[in-house]
Amino acid sequence: MRLTCPLCGPRDRREFYYSGDAVLLARPATDAPPGAWDDYLHNRDNPAGVTQDLWYHEQGCCSWLKVTRNTVTHEILSVESVAGTSTAGGAA
Amino acid sequence: MRYSGFKVLVQGLFGNTGWTPAWRDPAPKADYDAVIIGGGGHGLATAYYLAKNHGLTNIAVLEKGYLGSGNIGRNTTIVRANYFLPGNSEFYSHSLKLWEGLEADLNYNVMHSQRGLINLFHSDGQRDAFARRGNAMINQGDDAVLLDRDGVREILPYLDYDNTRFPIYGGLLHPRGGTARHDAVAWGYARAADRRGVDLIQNCEVTGIDIVDGRVTGVQTTRGAIRAKKVGMVVAGRSGQVAAMAGLRLPIESHVLQAFVTEGLKPVINHVISFGMGHFYISQSDKGGLVFGGDLDFYASYASRGNLPMVEHVMEAGMTLMPMIGRARVLRSWGGIMDMTPDGSPIIDKTPVDGLFIDAGWNYGGFKAVPASGWCMAHLMATGDSHPVAAKFRLNRFATGHILDEEGTGSQHNLH
Repeated sequence: MRLTCPLCGPRDRREFYYSGDAVLLARPATDAPPGAWDDYLHNRDNPAGVTQDLWYHEQGCCSWLKVTRNTVTHEILSVESVAGTSTAGGAA
Repeated sequence: MRYSGFKVLVQGLFGNTGWTPAWRDPAPKADYDAVIIGGGGHGLATAYYLAKNHGLTNIAVLEKGYLGSGNIGRNTTIVRANYFLPGNSEFYSHSLKLWEGLEADLNYNVMHSQRGLINLFHSDGQRDAFARRGNAMINQGDDAVLLDRDGVREILPYLDYDNTRFPIYGGLLHPRGGTARHDAVAWGYARAADRRGVDLIQNCEVTGIDIVDGRVTGVQTTRGAIRAKKVGMVVAGRSGQVAAMAGLRLPIESHVLQAFVTEGLKPVINHVISFGMGHFYISQSDKGGLVFGGDLDFYASYASRGNLPMVEHVMEAGMTLMPMIGRARVLRSWGGIMDMTPDGSPIIDKTPVDGLFIDAGWNYGGFKAVPASGWCMAHLMATGDSHPVAAKFRLNRFATGHILDEEGTGSQHNLH
């Protein structure tokens, strides 16, 4: 599997660290109830099909990337940098 | 038909023409007391113990493919009870005891072979950790023997003891650990459940879960609607999709785990060997193939096939540990879909929907758990209470903080 890093171009999967579902970008507010944090940290849609997850280009440019891909076919649909994305978009 | 040595002899004399199918192929009824979604090891075991221990016989197992077509048929067949944490330890201990009586109980040869399992260690710190784990196993009533380097060398002379990075300091031997024939476990439970009146319904995919006023009333399937007072979801890697039919989101992410088998060889590896530092473990099947595997591919996947970097990593680990296997040719590799929880431990619990139960989150260790998982899930579905040995496998433990982190690596996704 290869990911096309927006800065470095197509790179081998081994250069990247997988961090999990891109729901991690939607961090709850600091005063959100415990249930919102439990949901954010643990519960997942876990789709069989198109999903978005976060990858870190550990052995490249050290960008955090949001990858849209298919969990059934392993097809990569898009790779975009999350630089500048607000992480304060979660449920309060 | 009850199986016996005498039957085999008689059938042999008459050309094996008298065998009958091991289970019926019934059409689904309109109404059951309980329905199990998932005809794998855990689902079939649940149905069997519901019938045997709790007297429920108006029950069905719904399987979207054929019985045993999922992870029960694609694992590396290891059976062990070498867990450390209270909550895990008593559960896997119970499971191993059930394994030891399983063949007589099911009247089926599951080829359970207690050949001994050895976890290798490579530093003083790791030795201390394994000594402690062994003590926990002994306290639980199971067996553990701490072997030094020479002790391991005596029984596994073919390992590389002087690898620069991972010299072998010794190993923790679990004599009652071993392997079993994975498909036979599914078939044995299926046949035994069928003999007690359980309907095993294949090619029957659940497409919806009916809920009225917060209570489950049945399921929709590709073979029609089925009413049920109780429904158990026992679908491993597909737990996310099935739970979503009931409006639930689970603390589960599905990942692919690869395994490999070589061409058949003469007997060479007599134990199960686990090389944790290299993420590698191996045993030899009765057919002669070396069965081995490693770690997850480490990204969410339902593809049932893996990626080449992990293939390379597993082969490297194998060559590091036992250079002799470089001559063996790999015959096949495959991937299974693992229902990974944040803390690496399973869930056997009620759900927020009355009458709907879940048995999931087996990570990469579900095979050895099959008997106790079925036993405890049946207990939960029949009585409404958690079985004492599975009382900590709660669905809400991440919210309450009562996590079961056997590896000690944390309680967020992608750490186990």
